[in-house]
Amino acid sequence: MTEDKSIVSAPFRPKLEAVRDEDPRDRGGNRQPLLIVNQLRKYFPIRGGIFNHRRGEVRAVDSVSFSVLKGETLGIVGESGCGKSTLARLLMHLIPCDTGEQIFDGEAVGELRGLSLRELRRNMQMVFQDSSSSLNPRLPVEQSIAYGPRVHGMARAEAKAVARDLLDKVGLRPELFGSRYPHELSGGQKQRINIARALALNPRMLILDEAVSALDKSVQAQVLNLLRYLKRHLNLTYVFISHDLSVVQYISDRVLVMYLGEVVEIGPVDAIYTAPKHPYTAALLRSRLNLNPAERLAEAPLSGDPPNPINPPSGCRFRTRCNFAEAVCADRSPALGEHTNRSAHRAACHMVHADSGHSLSGRAASVEGAHGQRN
Amino acid sequence: MFNYIVRRVLFAIPIAIGVTIVCFSLVYLAPGDPLQLVLPPDATADDRAILATLYGFDKPIPVQYLNWLMRALCGDMGVSIQTSRPVFGEVIRALGNTVVISAGAVALAFTLAFILGTVAAYNLGKPADRIATAISVVGVSVPSYWLGIVLIIWFSVELGWLPATGLGPKGSAGFSFLHWEQARYAILPIVTMSFAPLGIIARNTRAAIADVLSQDFVQMLRAKGLGPLPVLRHAVRNALPQILAVMGLQFGYLVGGSILVETIFNWPGTGFLLGKAILTRDVPVLQGTILVLAISFVMTNLVVDLMQTAVDPRIKRS
Amino acid sequence: MTDVISTDAPALRHGLSAPDIKVRSYLQTVTHRLRHDPVTLFFLAVILIIALAAICAPWIAPFDPNKTGTLYRLKPIGFRGFILGTDELGRDMLSRLIYGARTSLVMGLTPVVLATVIGGTLGVTAGFHGGRVNMCIMRIVDVFYAFPSVLLAVAISGTMGGGIQNGLIALTLVFIPPLCRIAETTTTQVRSLDFVEAARASGASSASIIIHHVLANAAAPLFIYASSLISVAILLAAGLSFLGLGVEPPTADWGMMLSNLRQAIYVQPLVCALPGVAIFITSLSFNLVSDGLRQAMDVRA
Repeated sequence: MTEDKSIVSAPFRPKLEAVRDEDPRDRGGNRQPLLIVNQLRKYFPIRGGIFNHRRGEVRAVDSVSFSVLKGETLGIVGESGCGKSTLARLLMHLIPCDTGEQIFDGEAVGELRGLSLRELRRNMQMVFQDSSSSLNPRLPVEQSIAYGPRVHGMARAEAKAVARDLLDKVGLRPELFGSRYPHELSGGQKQRINIARALALNPRMLILDEAVSALDKSVQAQVLNLLRYLKRHLNLTYVFISHDLSVVQYISDRVLVMYLGEVVEIGPVDAIYTAPKHPYTAALLRSRLNLNPAERLAEAPLSGDPPNPINPPSGCRFRTRCNFAEAVCADRSPALGEHTNRSAHRAACHMVHADSGHSLSGRAASVEGAHGQRN
Repeated sequence: MFNYIVRRVLFAIPIAIGVTIVCFSLVYLAPGDPLQLVLPPDATADDRAILATLYGFDKPIPVQYLNWLMRALCGDMGVSIQTSRPVFGEVIRALGNTVVISAGAVALAFTLAFILGTVAAYNLGKPADRIATAISVVGVSVPSYWLGIVLIIWFSVELGWLPATGLGPKGSAGFSFLHWEQARYAILPIVTMSFAPLGIIARNTRAAIADVLSQDFVQMLRAKGLGPLPVLRHAVRNALPQILAVMGLQFGYLVGGSILVETIFNWPGTGFLLGKAILTRDVPVLQGTILVLAISFVMTNLVVDLMQTAVDPRIKRS
Repeated sequence: MTDVISTDAPALRHGLSAPDIKVRSYLQTVTHRLRHDPVTLFFLAVILIIALAAICAPWIAPFDPNKTGTLYRLKPIGFRGFILGTDELGRDMLSRLIYGARTSLVMGLTPVVLATVIGGTLGVTAGFHGGRVNMCIMRIVDVFYAFPSVLLAVAISGTMGGGIQNGLIALTLVFIPPLCRIAETTTTQVRSLDFVEAARASGASSASIIIHHVLANAAAPLFIYASSLISVAILLAAGLSFLGLGVEPPTADWGMMLSNLRQAIYVQPLVCALPGVAIFITSLSFNLVSDGLRQAMDVRA
């Protein structure tokens, strides 16, 4: 790699250490999921009326359970309002959950004998969407990055050195970019700063909430590649939240699909994208813009409006927009099934489970197949 | 909508109660014994005790407060130590006089400020705008008491056109704008009082109209071929709620803060009453005036808020 | 300043060195804007002159401000060495005006400074913690906000008996509510921004977040508003003195001078108007400078 003296930002082949197989902080080995989330729930109260009393609640996240395996990238997709961002903040404990438990590498979070919040924050960090407010406009970016380590007791000079090292790692020359203010940086550069800031505490897991959504496509590609590179070299695990299906497909190993606060499908990325089991996932995928004129859609893949999260439909929440809805879908809410296995592909749909009472249950391997069964 | 009104009114009640508490406790800030003024110099301790019971000073403070509040709500605010006349009547009469000049001042200020602000908004950055802004800043920086004196010097002393002080040749017996002989006494006070609101309303008008003019729908109107006057009407209609709110607030400020101007012109309004009460340490009048002024300010704010909701469709009515 | 994909054209690389990108800090931007604003600079100079005159009063005042002279009562401008005439007790106007600047500046600046500190602290606390704390603090502030400022100042000062100390207390109490409100509003806004969440996510304590992240962003609007209150404070303070609720005679004070000279407007109108001119100029200068400061500090422009 020749030393590049071009005027624009440094080429991004950051100097990194060799790939490490063993993380000294690891407990429990590769089989143990890095993060287990159990029955996480968050309802937001709605106040109104003369006395501002609790009139109802928005079921933002409703009994969500999943696991994140070590070294993988778990993508979380869903439409706006499905609860993805709330979920991210619940995981980071930025908002308190109503019920639910989190287990990080075998230790319960928040319990007396488990991991304290402070310790959790050294292990799990979040990369925010690049907005005008993701970085303190009054601090040079160097100081924004160094803030985390300083909070945990590092000396000023040492924290600054860490910050400069991280700037280098994300492909920005420290001498050139360290003392700049956020308003003097482009979107892609700011997002790299966000990543650097998240890495400053040396976490094992990063939660990326719409981290590339605000960037142009070409810049998105760069940042995604940077993320993949960093993950390999720093032994990271990612939870990647986005509404952009193509981006999630590119970067994820497994994908989790959310609808109206619940998990509707989870599985390996290829399985989900080629043979989705849940009608909602299938509809989402069909609604992606396709550049191939031969594959035109005759009608919109998804009908109707998303229902009200304050009063979700009984039973399966998707049934009001589902082409395969039957009586049993209104009676019982379908379960997701066990899914800690890396290759498990589960969907919360009555059609998938045998003896669920649905006419098509167990007979179709995927939704496309179900279409075939019908006609 | 109804919900909002009820909630807003209910919200104003604790504030009003808080205001009454502050008014009541002001008296206790006063150094010395409030009774000293009423007692003759050779009063004995017994005399003092009797008077204390009479005025209710021997009861615990919260009880005194409640008694005072109950009586005030029924219109009984005690009797003036100076004039031995009922406080409530005096304050209400004075309030009427104050409202006369305050309303006049706001009306005058609004007329001029509106023109000034609109001209400025249409000529942003150009000399007309700078002049208008300069006038606003001057209006806000001028001490009203000095301005009053200057106006008296010019129009009464030097030119002799207008009377310097007072309410009218017949005193405060009856004031009405219909008689020029009396009305001319109000001119100087009104002009003096109008400077500060002029500055503030002009600034707000300029901001509000400039804001509306910069919005896309105005470009669309112009593209449709609408002439300048209809566009102005649209702009005014959109900016009006904000401007009216400022006007209402200014009116409230003038009524509450009229003491300076009224002292200069000997205008017998609430401010004048307040000033006299401070000098003579007439506690019942002091309390009564402050209470009435403060409560009317709270009510003015409430009315302005509700009016804005009614006029501005964008404010959420839930 | 766009990112460049690795496969960039070779032409961009040759012979070009990193340009001198001058990174201007925020402070430098503000100073640069101020330096090119003639109006603000002019009135800043006026303020400095007034301040200097106040500080150096004992050395530059031509006469003793308290020395009365019954022979020279209410003499016009320029009479026998009295550059600006004399007042109703024969004292030199210019000297009294210069000494009066001291009182006016102190009575104008002190309440604003105190109110900024107290109101700012209350507001930031209320804004940052939200919930009950916020409600508690802001409701009490609302009660005081429900009084028109002149009324409140006169009421507090009047019932306490007047005098400089009571005047200062009254004015401070008058200015705390608006400053507290501004601090609370900006703090609430800043608190919900992403970088504050990021700071919380890194495990920082509330105090650390407030100091390093919230204050820097909330302080600017607070100080700008406070600077615009100085001119109001000067007017109000002089107004209190005008009503007799300020300093005790014979201390020179513009408001009280105006009040005392009121009777004499028929004799010597020009001289009687002078203290008001002083108040007006001072208030105007502070107003314009604070306006200019606000424009210079506007981050968006």
